[in-house]
Amino acid sequence: MLQHLLNGLTVGSIYALVALGYTLVYGILKFINFAHGDVLMIGTYVALMVFKGLKSFIEIPFAFGIAVLAGMLSSALLGVVIERLAYRPLRHAPRLAPLISAIGVSVILSNSAALIFGTKSQRFDMPFNNTPIHCGSLVVTPYQGLILITAFVMMALLHVFIKTTRTGKAMRASSENPLVAELMGVDTDRMIRFTFIWGSALGAIAGILVSLDYKVYPTLGSLIGLKAFIAAVVGGIGNISGAMLGGLLLGVLETYGVAVLGIPVGYKDTVAFVLLIIILLVRPSGLLGSNKRDKV
Amino acid sequence: MSSFILLLGIYFGIYALLALGQNLITGKTGLLSLCQAAFMAIGAYTTAILLSRHPHLSFVYVGVWVILSGAIFGLLIGIPTLRLKGDYLAIASLGFGEIVKNVLLNADTLTGGPMGISLPIKSFDKGLFLGMVWLVVCLVLLGLIQLQRSHWGRGLEAIREDELAAQSVGLNTPLYKGAAFMIGAAISAMAGMLWALYHGSAIPQTFDSTLSIMVLCMVVLGGLGNYYGSLFGTMVIVVISELPRLLGFSAIIPAAVNQILFGIILVSLVILRQKKS
Repeated sequence: MLQHLLNGLTVGSIYALVALGYTLVYGILKFINFAHGDVLMIGTYVALMVFKGLKSFIEIPFAFGIAVLAGMLSSALLGVVIERLAYRPLRHAPRLAPLISAIGVSVILSNSAALIFGTKSQRFDMPFNNTPIHCGSLVVTPYQGLILITAFVMMALLHVFIKTTRTGKAMRASSENPLVAELMGVDTDRMIRFTFIWGSALGAIAGILVSLDYKVYPTLGSLIGLKAFIAAVVGGIGNISGAMLGGLLLGVLETYGVAVLGIPVGYKDTVAFVLLIIILLVRPSGLLGSNKRDKV
Repeated sequence: MSSFILLLGIYFGIYALLALGQNLITGKTGLLSLCQAAFMAIGAYTTAILLSRHPHLSFVYVGVWVILSGAIFGLLIGIPTLRLKGDYLAIASLGFGEIVKNVLLNADTLTGGPMGISLPIKSFDKGLFLGMVWLVVCLVLLGLIQLQRSHWGRGLEAIREDELAAQSVGLNTPLYKGAAFMIGAAISAMAGMLWALYHGSAIPQTFDSTLSIMVLCMVVLGGLGNYYGSLFGTMVIVVISELPRLLGFSAIIPAAVNQILFGIILVSLVILRQKKS
């Protein structure tokens, strides 16, 4: 039982990292960045290329560290560029417009990756020895440990950044009410850039962590992206703790669904979508979301 | 060459049905749904399952079942979203598409799993089939234009423009949105039936979410809310996407290039349109 919980939390912390990207952007811009999954996919590819290029020259842990940084940087940069080119011109357009634009960006990114890197999936060699460690009845692989630790450190960093720094405060203000924040002298455009930088960089980390075990392929981002979005909605979109909670919850439910309830593996992904539909029916604003009603 | 043009015409017709259905849901009613491929799959598999068990059923009978099952599944995805709008719907519908594909791939006894189902029918004469497809397209188009002019059509547009205002003048918006979904899904299911009949099979890989995005691209290209525009958009996209394949260039131009082009069309059209207004 505890083993499943641990496995579920591992998967869930990946979802949580990606879900933060959706929630941060939604908080300010009130729109779903459909391309988020593909932005993190590109970051993962960049990391893979850097890692492959460096690993024969310097020690493997160093090469991996540099690769992760390169992946985060490129994702962050890509996120900012996309915001500037594809979303900013549509900021005051009807809600459908940026959504369609984001879908377009997502298609462009995933297919460009297929064109540049090929559709064949590529391996990321484990940069460390992955022999499982037994503690009592629990089996933990160093890989799982790495995911859990990285995810929680990154989430804690984000939390501290948002809650304590001036910029974090300005970000919160912008997401509360962009117009008033702007009147108080907050540079909203800069805050939006920050949300894209944070979201994309966290996403890249999640992508790299996932692909250590699986592989890197051009549609890597779409399923993770979809699941993470569901996690964000389940937790209450726009709410940062909600995204973390939703991600962990989704990971645990999926693992329990397969291992305990005996849902066939082929239907594993269905769990998430069923959860989404239930949440949308019962509590559309998510677990931690505030229930705001539309007013005229 | 002539058979090639016939084939292009058939694809054009089938995709046009999908685009018309999408335009009713997204263009007229303002609901961004991304599961035309799933609705199409429902139609194709209903056809395949019925015909593979009872090969002598008449097509009209099968067609009625296809429309019914399409409408039911349309309602199924419509219900959770009736109280919601915009962005949630896009994701919920994508999720619905994934569930449908998951079921198609895994429920082997019903759907034949990854291999799909082949139909025990003779292949059609292309000219005849083209006529059949376009007969359906014309009927659907006529129906949609009648709808647009009716009380119901005005209601749908009112929801797109301002849902709260529509509600406040006493419009039963969940009913209207549900109906839009049912009709749109039924139209796509018909497209699926024609697809299955023409190819003599139904396989899950056809009904990918990239197809749904292609259909969205057609509708955006032709102009949201304009049915004739959807036909035009469909023609452009079909020519772009099928021409290289049918001419045998697909080895030289990878499919990814097409997809990238669709993406660029989506982004630039939306932005250009915004700049104009």
